[in-house]
Amino acid sequence: MIYTKDLSKAYNGKQVLKIDELGIPKGQSFGLVGNNGAGKTTYFSLLLDLIKPTTGNITNNSVVVDKSEDWKPFTSAFIDESFLIGYLTPEEYFYFIGELRGQNRADVDSLVSQFEDFFHDEILGQKKYLRDLSKGNQKKAGIVAALIGNPDVIILDEPFANLDPTTQIRLKGIIKNLAEKQGVTVLVSSHDLLHVTDVCERIVVLEKGEVVKDLETNEATLKELEAHFSGSEVV
Amino acid sequence: MKLKHFLNLEWKQFFRSASFGKSIAINILMIFFALYFVGIFLFLGIFLHKLLGKINPDQDPLSTLNAFMFYYIIADIAMRFFFQKLPVMSVKPLLTLPVKRSKVVNYVLRKSAFSFFNFLPLFAFIPFSITLLTKGYPTASVLAWLLTAIAVTLIINFLNFILESFSSERELSFLPVIVLVGGLFALNHFNVISFADIVAQGYTAIYDNPVFVLVPIAILVALYVINFKQLRSKLFLDSSLKTKTTVVNASNMDWTRRFGDIAPFMQLDLKLIWRNKRTKSMVMLLAIGLLYGLFFYPQPIYRNMVFMYAFIGVFSTGFFLINFGQFIPAWDSGYYKMLMSQNIKYEQYLRSKFILMIMSVVILFVLGIPYVYFGWKILIAHFAAAVYNIGVNSHVILLGGSFNRKKIDLDKRAAFNYQGTGAVQWLIGIPLMVLPMGLFGITNWLAGFEAAIAVLLILGILGIVFHKKIMKFITQKYLNSKYKMIDAFSQDS
Repeated sequence: MIYTKDLSKAYNGKQVLKIDELGIPKGQSFGLVGNNGAGKTTYFSLLLDLIKPTTGNITNNSVVVDKSEDWKPFTSAFIDESFLIGYLTPEEYFYFIGELRGQNRADVDSLVSQFEDFFHDEILGQKKYLRDLSKGNQKKAGIVAALIGNPDVIILDEPFANLDPTTQIRLKGIIKNLAEKQGVTVLVSSHDLLHVTDVCERIVVLEKGEVVKDLETNEATLKELEAHFSGSEVV
Repeated sequence: MKLKHFLNLEWKQFFRSASFGKSIAINILMIFFALYFVGIFLFLGIFLHKLLGKINPDQDPLSTLNAFMFYYIIADIAMRFFFQKLPVMSVKPLLTLPVKRSKVVNYVLRKSAFSFFNFLPLFAFIPFSITLLTKGYPTASVLAWLLTAIAVTLIINFLNFILESFSSERELSFLPVIVLVGGLFALNHFNVISFADIVAQGYTAIYDNPVFVLVPIAILVALYVINFKQLRSKLFLDSSLKTKTTVVNASNMDWTRRFGDIAPFMQLDLKLIWRNKRTKSMVMLLAIGLLYGLFFYPQPIYRNMVFMYAFIGVFSTGFFLINFGQFIPAWDSGYYKMLMSQNIKYEQYLRSKFILMIMSVVILFVLGIPYVYFGWKILIAHFAAAVYNIGVNSHVILLGGSFNRKKIDLDKRAAFNYQGTGAVQWLIGIPLMVLPMGLFGITNWLAGFEAAIAVLLILGILGIVFHKKIMKFITQKYLNSKYKMIDAFSQDS
């Protein structure tokens, strides 16, 4: 589904990301972990064509993302709060995104209604603008908006940060369901090793912009990751 | 925390911002304007004594000047409100640091005292005072008079501070200043209370008895204290963090459906305009734009200056176009990344803005039809100007938007945020208005009124005919600067 080849990004000659080859098959739940500055958000931004690659490219379902815009209809993302439109209510925002993705109001309503317990009665019908919601609730709205329009690829940057424990657990359920049952390719980044190992079938560790580990998730993965990040590598 | 730290922060903010290049260009232009005004004031200051003597030979020039002081003061208040930019400072990061609140407030207030608007009058008052001294007026009196003039300038400065902070919380932000200035002027004009005489007597009293100079100084100190208290009280975290939750009144705006595929963007733009304070007050300003002609047309002098018709026509029908258009696409800067990752056609996005501007031109023209009272020629000129706005200016301003690199933070509600009231905003409108005025004026002078109207009409119609082609070109420009815009809009200020 997503194929990255010879990709690199440099700012003023300083390399921040370099991935020689990385293929993500369809329907995989893919986790990206790494310390601050490891290049997680940079990679996602390149995937969404928000910044220009210095070399190489990413192919999304055989569309080269920085050449054509044809990847947009089947790809959606929530990177940060700047994806929200502050002066809309959550409902209006969902409808707006829905229209951009070719969904009518009824489609959007039926999708959103599946997430009522995820919203915990704090999002819908509040008659509040998104800018007046708390950070956590803004994030919930943004994540659900990314699910509108049956995308094949969903990109979530740090989805667990700022969320309360109940919502974190629910979100994990949602992501698992998307990948396992609906065949959606989900890309998630996180600092929380426990959450990613819970959710993702495959975990890639970035360090200073390079892939240093590429793991199929199993019982030993969490231990291995913890060992890696604490600096005491077990062989 | 020393003063130099504050200055250091601002210095960095200026030089490290994404819009730095553009700021430089605008600043250079602003410096030219500043020098121009300094020149005028200096000239006035040197020759004022002679001039006043000619205007009113029976009276002492100083008394003549004092009689004008009231008008000078209210004009200054009005000018400052629209053009003086109050110091903006992002205070939230400072609140948790060991910086005394009073220090922050003092810094902001004192900084405002160093505004160009406070120095400008000195270029007139100082040479004038020197002239007075050389003519043998008593030194103590002249110095007291000069001191009063300076104090009054600063009083206006701090009064403007109060006005701005008062207005920024209202919907009709410009209303208080208009009521104040208009009210004072009307009361004076209709001889209810003759402020002009009172002010003149005040100045004369200080001149006669320099001890009275303490009065304006006391007022100045009092205003400073009021400002200090007012700003300090705003300087608490909860007041800037406070979420003033407005209850939404949502409407479907189904009528936008008839615009087809651009309907979602039109709805978004309309919500943008109605739900944000800054855009809303811009709409309220439309009234001023519409009535602008009334400043000129009732006076026969202007009615005979035919080239002014084009200027007023472009201004009054294009008021929204200029004010809204120049911030495309910065209005959407807060969520620009999201828009760029969505399945949108750039051309649709731009067309929505375009249609909105066109509608505003048409509506403003229709509302301006009563100008026909001042003559058919005016209406025809306004029509030509409206066509020119639709065909030429709308495209020019959209094209200009592709160079936009400055973020607008619509959600910001912190204290000291008076974003959007500055001289720069008006600067951009000048080529849009001066060019058609020049074309119109020259053709009118060379070939007559009909030809001049034809020139504007033809240019406008050409723009409309080639609309599709032009939009394609503009869309490409936006696409080319996509990465740069995303980068600039994700930076703060």
